Amino acid sequence: MSRIRVLVVDDEPDFLKLIGRRLERRNVDVDVVNNGQEALEFLSKTFVNVVILDVRMPGLSGIETLKEIRRRYRNTEVIMLTGHGSVESGIEGISHGAYDYILKPFLIDDLLERIRAANEHATLKQKVRGGA
Amino acid sequence: MTATSYTKLRWKLIAITLCFSLIPLFVLGYVIHDQFSKSYEEKLTSNLVLVVNSKRDTIDMFLNERVVQLQNLANTHTLAQMTNQTYLNSLFDIIHNTSRSFIDLGVIGQDGSHEAYSGPFDLRDVNYKDEAWFNQVMLKGVYVSDVFMGFRNYPHFIIAVKRREAGKTWILRATIDSDVFTTLVRNVRSGKLGDAYLVNRNWELQTPSRFGGKVLSRAHLPEYSGGSSVDICDWSENGTMYVAGITSLSLTDWKLVVTESPGEALSPLLRVQSMVYLLFLICACMIFAGTYLTVASVVGKLKAANDERAALDATIMQSSKMASLGKMAAGVAHEINNPLSIIRESAGWIRDLINDGELDGFEALDDLNEAVSDIDRHVERARTVTHRMLGFARRMEPAQEDVDLNILAKQTVAFLENEIKYRNIEVVFDLDSNLPLITTDSNQVQQIILNLLENSIDAVAENGRITLESRVDGPFIAMGVKDTGAGIPSNQLSKVFDPFFTTKPAGEGTGLGLSIIYSTLNKLGGKIIVQSEHGQGAVFTFFLPLSGAVRDS
Repeated sequence: MSRIRVLVVDDEPDFLKLIGRRLERRNVDVDVVNNGQEALEFLSKTFVNVVILDVRMPGLSGIETLKEIRRRYRNTEVIMLTGHGSVESGIEGISHGAYDYILKPFLIDDLLERIRAANEHATLKQKVRGGA
Repeated sequence: MTATSYTKLRWKLIAITLCFSLIPLFVLGYVIHDQFSKSYEEKLTSNLVLVVNSKRDTIDMFLNERVVQLQNLANTHTLAQMTNQTYLNSLFDIIHNTSRSFIDLGVIGQDGSHEAYSGPFDLRDVNYKDEAWFNQVMLKGVYVSDVFMGFRNYPHFIIAVKRREAGKTWILRATIDSDVFTTLVRNVRSGKLGDAYLVNRNWELQTPSRFGGKVLSRAHLPEYSGGSSVDICDWSENGTMYVAGITSLSLTDWKLVVTESPGEALSPLLRVQSMVYLLFLICACMIFAGTYLTVASVVGKLKAANDERAALDATIMQSSKMASLGKMAAGVAHEINNPLSIIRESAGWIRDLINDGELDGFEALDDLNEAVSDIDRHVERARTVTHRMLGFARRMEPAQEDVDLNILAKQTVAFLENEIKYRNIEVVFDLDSNLPLITTDSNQVQQIILNLLENSIDAVAENGRITLESRVDGPFIAMGVKDTGAGIPSNQLSKVFDPFFTTKPAGEGTGLGLSIIYSTLNKLGGKIIVQSEHGQGAVFTFFLPLSGAVRDS
């Protein structure tokens, strides 16, 4: 099974640095960007399996970025990352097409689990579509 | 407002109302009484004037008649006829028969000696030459004397007329019993204090006065200003008011005096007056009672309304306090969650390095490992707090299910079975088996029961009892969770639902449990109350609406 390619979008550089290192260590290809605009630019050049997207960011917000990603890249799954609490903003993300959400602070293994699930989901979808 | 200010308000209202109702009443009463007694007095006075006038006319007429009678006798007879003793006797008999007041009849010559005399006394030898009246009658022709005792020694007066006949002057003199006046004036006397009498110009009584004394003693009357035909004067003696009507007679300079005591005459008025006073007193009492009752009821209603509003204000205050605290809690939680995740990731990174053996051989590896575990544990602790805060602030859409509170309670107790057994706590169910189903959010209700049970277990600690009871209470279903713990001091009872209020040691409680329950129940249309006595345990009772109408928050 090929390595999963992940893009983490968050406005906290320290957070990006650490999450990158830790996922790298768990055999995930990780790229990090600081905001929604950069994420969209990155995606236009490189295909990723899963985007981990913070809900609250300056500039383009998480939900707007999510909408844009869902519109443009059908094979990329999105996991919303929220410190806001809120099951609500997570649910809002799902209603706009996110695969899942996770509340900050989280356990890395928990995140990894969801990334894998999201990737499987994407692969399955692709197969169904391909088969159809 | 305090109780005293209500009392003040009540008396103020009573005073104002009484002012506006009693003052007109008293003014009306005073005016009526004043006018009534004034007109009554006027009536009394005019009545007195009338009596005095008519009585004076009677006396005047009587005197006049006597004078005219004598003048007729004198003018129709000659001296020769009159000095005939037999003739005079027969003449006296005739007039004495027609008028008993004549006592005797005498003919007096111009030298003052009796020429003839007819009557019961032997006055034939009396000479009147030096008497004042003799000179008066010689001068004026007619004379009416004052009452005097005279030679006869009983009150009488005389009338004398002069006749000039062929150069000779003689006088016809009659003695008249003054008792006739006594009878004439006596019937005027009214009441117990009324009096009537005649006085001469020196205020000597000509008829006996009822209270003033015998004939010829001095009448005591106050000064009065004469002038009109009847003079009215009033005075007071020994606390009794007197009114006198005084008038002069036309033939003599006597005066007729009629006195009355208006107090006596006015006694019917006084009776009416005291009745009116009593009536006014009753009216005033009724007005006072009515005012008091009305004002008391109005103030009572006002107080009730104010109290109700104060209670409502307190509820609104509590809700808005919750809302703003919720917002603040959400903001704080969010701001803390980001650094927390960075701390956790940092610690996680170190753990990753340790796990991968990259730090093998490092002397303090065990210490480092422990430090990372500590960081992780305390991040978890902080995360619990922030997530509960967020949970507190979260806007929930309550689900709608048919919930059997009894089953829910038993299930919830089952969750905590191990803890309960471990602590040797007895759980008693006192549930109403006929409890109706209600439509509400079972997860949230279960959370409420769970939180309350956890609190009770903490309160009991060990070897205690927790009682769960359910019942229908008005439009609500009530469920109580009662423990045998230490209870809550009364000064803390009002704070238990405030966010962040906790009695547990730092780090063991967030102080959010009960405030979350409070706001959850608010959303579900219910409420929660607490009863406790320090040392006697505590009962938390929550209420959920029977109607099942779940309010949208």
